[in-house]
Amino acid sequence: MTRHLVAIRSISKTFGEFQALRQVSLDVSAGEVLCLIGASGSGKTTLLRCINQLTPVDSGGIWLDGELLGVREEGGRMHRLTERQIARQRLKTGMVFQRFNLFPHKTALENITEGPVQVQGRDRQEARSEAMELLRRVGLTAKADAYPSQLSGGQQQRVAIARALAMKPMLMLFDEPTSALDPELVGEVLSVMKELAQSGMTMMVVTHELGFAREVADRVVYMDHGAIVESGFSRDVLGAPREARTRAFLSAVI
Amino acid sequence: MSNATTLAVGFPDLSKMTVARQPHWRRWLAAAAILVTLAAIGRAFANGQIEWSYVSRFLTARVILEGIVNTMVMAVFAMALGIALGVVVAIMRLSPNPVLKSVAAGYTWLFRGTPLILQLLLWFNIALVFPTIGIPGLWSARAVDVMTPFLSALLGLGINQGAYTSEVMRAGMLSVDAGQYEAAKAIGMGRLRALRRIILPQAMRVVIPPLGNEFIGMVKATSLASVIQYPELLHSAENIYYANSRVIELLIVAGLWYLLVVSILTPLQMLLERRFARGFSQTGR
Ligand SMILES: Nc1ncnc2c1ncn2[C@@H]1O[C@H](COP(=O)(O)OP(=O)(O)OP(=O)(O)O)[C@@H](O)[C@H]1O
Ligand SMILES: [Mg+2]
Repeated sequence: MTRHLVAIRSISKTFGEFQALRQVSLDVSAGEVLCLIGASGSGKTTLLRCINQLTPVDSGGIWLDGELLGVREEGGRMHRLTERQIARQRLKTGMVFQRFNLFPHKTALENITEGPVQVQGRDRQEARSEAMELLRRVGLTAKADAYPSQLSGGQQQRVAIARALAMKPMLMLFDEPTSALDPELVGEVLSVMKELAQSGMTMMVVTHELGFAREVADRVVYMDHGAIVESGFSRDVLGAPREARTRAFLSAVI
Repeated sequence: MSNATTLAVGFPDLSKMTVARQPHWRRWLAAAAILVTLAAIGRAFANGQIEWSYVSRFLTARVILEGIVNTMVMAVFAMALGIALGVVVAIMRLSPNPVLKSVAAGYTWLFRGTPLILQLLLWFNIALVFPTIGIPGLWSARAVDVMTPFLSALLGLGINQGAYTSEVMRAGMLSVDAGQYEAAKAIGMGRLRALRRIILPQAMRVVIPPLGNEFIGMVKATSLASVIQYPELLHSAENIYYANSRVIELLIVAGLWYLLVVSILTPLQMLLERRFARGFSQTGR
């Protein structure tokens, strides 16, 4: 059995009265590409945010690379980690947002080198040449000195992917990376992600692009009302869903 | 162009005409009225009991020049102190820690709630409350010696300014999209580093116009330090007219200098604005 890079054990999250995640458990192996699908409000974003600790869980645990995230057990009790420790844990994950969230006052290249230089304290020259290599990978060598406002949505999202990769994460989280894009720009971002998947990166992707899920994902997870309803190989979940709710969702989307 | 001709059937052909300039009678009238008024005021000043030769003579007098230098030195240092305090207090106010939050709110409440001139007098006379100040066992001094007019004015003006600037800074930081904090966190930044590298530089774009305003206010507020014997511009002018009784002439001298300094500050602010607008428009490089 392959080692689990991510192990999620019955995590729950409520916002006020509203339960956004109910006892979610999920494993992701190293090198696996997992797509999360589900209706709006089903908790997909919340799940990714919990993994990246942008949202703290109420109960349950998430282990990344064998390390418990966000809390520490001592004397039979759980203690929250300090902000600094959480920031250190976050270095193992990269996150790509629906709305790109590039730093508007920095060029594409500076967006990418910001983390390596400022956070990891890497050599500036070395970080720059690595960033140029990443820009080449996402097909934007010519845009190194452009500001985000001078880039199209698809180009911004590709820079955002490069920015996340520059931290050399072991897990990449994508939250609907193409849903803020014009239809003709979706393909360029998906092909960058596909290339990344083929290079062996472990990825968790929230997406409505079922074509991408079918072609690239190893596994697909369908969520509804904060819980995982069905998960399995992508051809099974997308091609022959077992659950009625999954079937209903898929027929509504296609 | 057969399409255009078909559409134009039955309509006058406007393609060769240009739009005539509108006569702006009311604007001309208003401008004329303003000019007449200004001329009348100017005449009144020219014929009034003002010895203009004194104005031109004292405009560049040594004491006045020293006064304007002291004014600018105080304005720059007090504003720097105000901005430093303002940034710290704004960060405290936006922090999740309730203790920091209340300390920040209390500071703003206290120093915004009392007159500046009263605060200046309090700092200057602090020796009445604490005759000696210092760090126990390390260093101590008599408060009267430490609280020079310069230091009292700097503390009074700077700390008061900090209370106002913190609100400007807080507004600026709130104007930055929450996604920027999250993106900064996602690349492993802690709160302070995210603020310094990502949030504050973007907030600057928003806060520079109000800060420019505050700085102009500060240049003029330094004149209040004349009550605690700080030798700024107004204080110098007063000292001269106590001796020669040319009150109006010296007040005009001081007024001209304040106007000149403020006029120079406006283009400087434009330069700063352009610097921090980097990346926010297609052309603003
Ligand atoms: N910070 C928050 N405060 C209150 N409610 C929240 C918060 N974040 C999420 N929620 C609620 O939790 C539920 C799940 O949200 P989530 O964003 O995870 O859904 P999603 O599956 O990503 O949906 P979508 O496809 O629309 O992005 C939603 O009903 C949302 O309103
Ligand atoms: Mg979502």
